[in-house]
Amino acid sequence: MSGAANREAVFPTRMTLTLMKGKLKGATVGHSLLKRKSEALTGRFREITRRIDEAKRKMGRVMQVAAFSLAEVTYATGDSIGYQVQESAKSARFRVRAKQENVSGVMLPAFEAYYNEENNDFKLTGLGRGGQQVQKAKEVYSKAVETLIELASLQTAFVILDEVIKVTNRRVNAIEHVIIPRTENTIKYINNELDELEREEFYRLKKVQDKKQRDAAALDAEMAATKAAQAALEAEEGLTASALSAPEDLTADHDEDIIF
Amino acid sequence: MSQTAANRSFIAVIGDEDTVTGLLLAGTGHLTEDKKKNFLVVDNKSSVDDIEAAFDDFTATRKDIAVLLINQHIAEKIRYKLDGYTNAFPAVLEIPSKDHPYDPEKDSVLRRVRRLFGE
Repeated sequence: MSGAANREAVFPTRMTLTLMKGKLKGATVGHSLLKRKSEALTGRFREITRRIDEAKRKMGRVMQVAAFSLAEVTYATGDSIGYQVQESAKSARFRVRAKQENVSGVMLPAFEAYYNEENNDFKLTGLGRGGQQVQKAKEVYSKAVETLIELASLQTAFVILDEVIKVTNRRVNAIEHVIIPRTENTIKYINNELDELEREEFYRLKKVQDKKQRDAAALDAEMAATKAAQAALEAEEGLTASALSAPEDLTADHDEDIIF
Repeated sequence: MSQTAANRSFIAVIGDEDTVTGLLLAGTGHLTEDKKKNFLVVDNKSSVDDIEAAFDDFTATRKDIAVLLINQHIAEKIRYKLDGYTNAFPAVLEIPSKDHPYDPEKDSVLRRVRRLFGE
């Protein structure tokens, strides 16, 4: 994971550095936003699971009551009405409608029960005997189904939220553990390369200056040498010249023959 | 997640006779134009294949089912299918029946809840 290998394949220039810094900033902001989203969803998720738990228990009771009322029907009508009911079911009176609720950008469906009052498939059921019980069973079961629908919407929300939370967490982790380190590594790499270039440049300049100085010194020395040589030459020339032009000053030489 | 919920308006039932009768009395029964029922009565003679076929039909083939209610003791027979079922629509709901009280330990969704919270 770590090391020089974990970085983006970019050319180390100042422009890329700016680009990468922007990217890092974006990733950090995105990370914190996603994290907050995930937290909000998880809070919601916990609430829903708690409500599911409650609703499931409630459902157990409601269905028991409903089963009991159906038993009353069977008792009153004398025989099972199951077959008759199954045959006469044609069009649903009890239907659901899906609504959507927005939680941090996630569409959660909520089922809503509604009755299509025109339909009544069971006008004749229990006509002979036990009509009242049938009516009661219908009411009880309608209530029960309403509870079930409520539970169904909770459960659907649970499934969807579960999925969304997983996706969000995966994104948060990807940004935290892959994108941010990689961008940081890239920035580090670019900085290193730029520093390296700068050092190289500095060293080069130093070398150049050094060379220039050495050249100048050599030149100076040479010039000094030529000057010295010239001076020496001139001096020598002067000496010989003076030796040749000596006769002007004859008194300089002491001659014993001359008595003055 | 992206499945549309707009056209789903019926409640399908897979259950024993009493449960189906009761839910039909509440008015959930519906016949499509080609006379397909949205409920299945399961008795001792029903094979697991029939239940599976109905389950697949209600959850995968038909697009007008919003909620599928299934008796828990019948769900037990096709448990592996329910555990593998993760779609949001239609919502599959396990319900108790007259002879079989509701056991939260067996419910696929509740088991997922428990697993998530590490209980």
